[in-house]
Amino acid sequence: MTDTKISKEKLKEIYIKMNHTRKFEEKVAYFFSRGMVHGTTHLYIGEEASGVGACCALDKEDYITSTHRGHGHCIGKGIDLNRMMAELLGKYTGYCHGKGGSMHIADLTMGNLGANGVVGGGLPIAVGAALTMKMKKRDNIVVCFFGDGAANTGSFHESVNMAAVWELPVLFFCENNLYGMSTHIKRAMKNTNIADRAIGYGIPAKTIDGNDAIEVYNTVREAREYVKKNGPMLIVSNTYRISGHSKSDANVYRTKEEIAEWREKCPIKRMRKYLEDNKIFTAKELDEMDEQTTNDIENAVIYAQNSPNPSIDTLLEDVYA
Amino acid sequence: MRKKGGPKMREITYAQAIREAMCEEMRRDENVFLMGEDVGIYGGAFGVSLGMWEEFGDERVRDTPISEAAIAGAAAGAAVTGMRPIAELMFSDFITIAMEQLINQAAKMRYMFGGKAQVPMVLRAPTGSGTGAAAQHSQNIEAWLMNIPGLKVVMPATPYDAKGLLKAAIRDNNPVVFLEPKLLYRKKGLVPEEEYLIPIGKADIKREGKDLTIITCGRMVPTCLTVADEMAKKGIDIEVIDLRTLLPLDRETIVASAKKTGKVLIVHEGVQTGGIAGEITALIADSEAFFYLDAPIKRLGGADVPIPYNPELEKNAVPTENSITEAVLQLIK
Repeated sequence: MTDTKISKEKLKEIYIKMNHTRKFEEKVAYFFSRGMVHGTTHLYIGEEASGVGACCALDKEDYITSTHRGHGHCIGKGIDLNRMMAELLGKYTGYCHGKGGSMHIADLTMGNLGANGVVGGGLPIAVGAALTMKMKKRDNIVVCFFGDGAANTGSFHESVNMAAVWELPVLFFCENNLYGMSTHIKRAMKNTNIADRAIGYGIPAKTIDGNDAIEVYNTVREAREYVKKNGPMLIVSNTYRISGHSKSDANVYRTKEEIAEWREKCPIKRMRKYLEDNKIFTAKELDEMDEQTTNDIENAVIYAQNSPNPSIDTLLEDVYA
Repeated sequence: MRKKGGPKMREITYAQAIREAMCEEMRRDENVFLMGEDVGIYGGAFGVSLGMWEEFGDERVRDTPISEAAIAGAAAGAAVTGMRPIAELMFSDFITIAMEQLINQAAKMRYMFGGKAQVPMVLRAPTGSGTGAAAQHSQNIEAWLMNIPGLKVVMPATPYDAKGLLKAAIRDNNPVVFLEPKLLYRKKGLVPEEEYLIPIGKADIKREGKDLTIITCGRMVPTCLTVADEMAKKGIDIEVIDLRTLLPLDRETIVASAKKTGKVLIVHEGVQTGGIAGEITALIADSEAFFYLDAPIKRLGGADVPIPYNPELEKNAVPTENSITEAVLQLIK
């Protein structure tokens, strides 16, 4: 971990939000395994430092576009856990009144332009949001989350090029978790150094350890200033998806050893160790935080389970403004 | 053309009417801007935005890279964060490239997010055949778009309608696909000097009649009106309904006219199979108008082919005055 001048308060926020994300998803995974919720979900377990670290470096008025694996981005950007859990359970009190589910959680009041069911789908939207920032002369940026898989879509190339030529305040944040579903990056790219792609568009890039929340936070904080003044930048955040792609994943395309190795690099354990070793928080304080986050998720579950389902009458609502 | 009220009228082209609508809305609301390929100093592939770059500059008349997906998606992203973009695609055929952003993103955002977002964007595109540009620059894809809840689809046939509907589309809080039949760009019509809007979702009876209803839209409107005038000489009094908006359809006007005349012919440029006539036919058959019909509903769409290059083949790939006349006579006898 790099040295830092991050405030104690901010470090606590990052640690708590990473824990919220992990515990939220463990609960969701449990619900899925028991058949208590339908559809599918894409877990972010192992990648928490990346999205939470990045979002905690933003202002409330900054925007993000997220992905199908978006729980960490949502929680990082600031979300009501109760309403988020309610959405996963398809309840009327959920962020989308039960119409979106895991892949479409959005909270425009917190600058979250939504998770996205389409790989690469959020990139052009981020460019448009950044165009608004520029045309309205706002002092804010857009962080566009996408994965290594999305870096091979046409919309990645169209979007990065357009943002570059218009010098828009958008930070392209590639979370490289090495797999597009089951396909390893080496089988999908000749040159697996995604940062090299920035050269083609005349913008800077930086590759970081996406399991180090402090490095992620510091990088995004700095990049935010660069992007506001100069236009887009690409960050490649190297991380790993410990859980399967979705609930149907039997993990046949990778070894147990590989997963175990990355489990050792758990970003939450690492953050806790950093906070303890550097005497920023005591073990007792951290235990309290752990307990608090567990309780927060339990309360979110109770809220969601006690919430009503949407009435069938709402089926036709909100197609048009 | 029917007189449309308003004291002072002048004659302008369809393309000028669209330009006036954009300019007036951009002067009125600083959030409105135009983006697209070569819309700036070049003035757009069909000259629709000529002179706008000079008035509004680079920021608000924005030339884009050739990136249709990013154009549509950036419009959606700008719209959901507070702008009111007008995005021009050079040909409606290229909507295929923008389809993911238009359909999976822009059209669904509001519903998926439980009603929290609004996406006030207009996607303008020249459409249809007749210019010898062959299969990839001439098709009509409005029927596909009618199948997408969350979109509105507009296709005006006159300068008057084009101006009023485009202004309404720009002020609408939903994604509106605005299709401009390119053969109409140079056609002139009377347009009031003062401001007016035409509501989206309202058809227009372009010619009243009692013997038969032709339901049509876009470039086929003037063709059907010509046929109606010819038929009038033979004592056949045809009502011509210009749908103007395809999504949502103006059910009330369609049903009322079918009830009135008891005979319905639907004419459109896009290919017949899976075309818009199927939906309109079903709408009538499903309504009380069914009991007033004196003959089966007849549809006349484009041939089920990609648009060919040869001028005679091209002309015959869509309904013509002859084929429309023939269909009318079949229904009347």
